[in-house]
Amino acid sequence: MQKQAIFQSKLLPYALVAPQLAIVLIFFYWPALQAVIQSFLLQDAFGLSSTFVWFENYIELFKDPAYFEAIVRTFFFSFAIAVSSLSFALLLAVMADKPLRGSMLYRTLLIWPYAVAPPVVGVLWIFMLHPSLGVLSRYLRGMGVDWNPLLDGDQAAALIILAAAWKQISYNFLFFLAGLQAIPKSVFEAAAIDGARPMRRFWTVTFPLLSPTIFFLLVVNIVYAFFDTFGIIDTMTRGGPGTSTVTLVYKVYSDGLLGGNLGSSAAQSVILMVMVIVLTGIQFRFVERKVTY
Amino acid sequence: MVEDEGIRRYVAHAILWIGIAIVAFPVYIAIVASTQDNALIANGQMSLLPGGHFFEVYYQTIFVGTSGSTREPVGNMMLNSLVMALAIAIGKIAISIISAYAIVYFRFPFRMAIFWIIFITLMLPVEVRIYPTYKIVADLHMLDSYAGLSLPLIASATATLLFRQFFMTVPDELLEASRIDGAGPLRFFWDTLLPLSRTNMAALFVILFILGWNQYLWPLLITTRDDMQTIQVGIRKMITTTDALTEWPIVMATAVLAMLPPVFVVVAMQKLFVRGLVETEK
Repeated sequence: MQKQAIFQSKLLPYALVAPQLAIVLIFFYWPALQAVIQSFLLQDAFGLSSTFVWFENYIELFKDPAYFEAIVRTFFFSFAIAVSSLSFALLLAVMADKPLRGSMLYRTLLIWPYAVAPPVVGVLWIFMLHPSLGVLSRYLRGMGVDWNPLLDGDQAAALIILAAAWKQISYNFLFFLAGLQAIPKSVFEAAAIDGARPMRRFWTVTFPLLSPTIFFLLVVNIVYAFFDTFGIIDTMTRGGPGTSTVTLVYKVYSDGLLGGNLGSSAAQSVILMVMVIVLTGIQFRFVERKVTY
Repeated sequence: MVEDEGIRRYVAHAILWIGIAIVAFPVYIAIVASTQDNALIANGQMSLLPGGHFFEVYYQTIFVGTSGSTREPVGNMMLNSLVMALAIAIGKIAISIISAYAIVYFRFPFRMAIFWIIFITLMLPVEVRIYPTYKIVADLHMLDSYAGLSLPLIASATATLLFRQFFMTVPDELLEASRIDGAGPLRFFWDTLLPLSRTNMAALFVILFILGWNQYLWPLLITTRDDMQTIQVGIRKMITTTDALTEWPIVMATAVLAMLPPVFVVVAMQKLFVRGLVETEK
């Protein structure tokens, strides 16, 4: 697709793209290239010299059980966050899609958590579920749960998933609602006339018609869980206790900063880049499909 | 709907209110905690109703900060966050709209190559290239500066794509008409295209402002001076000290202050927000 009516100018278009091009080259391509180069180098203990070691950093990574655990953990977090947040948001969206009085108010009251920053989400939830002073911890202990996410790795993971899913509800809700409103009401009426009960109508009509939205949101949620959970993890658990809440992004951060192992950190960055490219590719294929849908 | 749904409607209302309660509860607790006495909270004796320390807590938070040795007034952190968010939002819109204009309205060598170079950055979030980017910003002497906070986050393929898509829908007759009036490319851009893009720019601004305000990992890495901290980084540092020393009412007041501007933007500009979110699709 191209415009027919255009301007003629030799220099102006370059001047117009120059600022963005400059920023992209300096702050995107150059660092990305550096990451790739560094991932093939091994620095000595003092950071004075480095040797080219081919894929050694990568091989070391995949031999490292901690890295493998981080991969599994990241995917587990992603699916747990996506599934819990999506199902809760879908329930709310189906309810809000009904012709109810005050549905605009409901929408307003449900979408604002989108604007809460991940580190703030972390602070809010660790405060509520803090082992010694959390408001909700009292009730948990009252129910006989030995609640201490600062010591128990599984509980810490649950806390991260809960907080991250909470933040993502509003985003998912908004897209589900838009998806539901795009389905013509006559489809439901036809199903109702055929005698399908509401629950059946949902599973046989609404759910299949929503599948493009669900798939799109699944990818977005996974990307979110990969990257935006960093702030939540860093304020709530700092990856601990032990390494039980270290995700791939958190590991890039902590290995590079605390460990000073730049070669390994760079190799991890490159692997993450590949993962993002794959996820974005999936997302784009889907977006194309939606156009012809 | 088709059947009489009296009871179902009540159920729907009930579920929605439960959902709203779940969504709002953590924030309610934060607001309540920010008005109470720290000793009470530290003992796990926090009340679920607002306390009477609202003014003193918020005064101390905004103008003084915590009692620690590296304290920094949260008011200053908010100012840093505001400058960063505005720089990111305005900067992104400005550089994206002119590059989209060049790509749509001109034919020049390497046009598509440049488009792809910009497009691919969509796949390189700052998280995957943090240390090399940090090094470049350090080499450019931009650590602890607003330029360092915002520039690496300014390039945006999404905004360029959005404007490109919008320009494609602008009828060619407009350009012909302004050409007959003797307008050159800059005049056409300024007098015709910019006014038409106003809604798109506003919707994008809302989303970018929120994203900018909520940045965390990048400011965390490149700010070392306390007076350059953004509020998101500042709040994390407040709970660094071991539990006993954390001043929870101040932490919670900071959390409330950190939420206020972006939440206000979402609620007050809901239409633009929804439009921006759906159009950028991320």
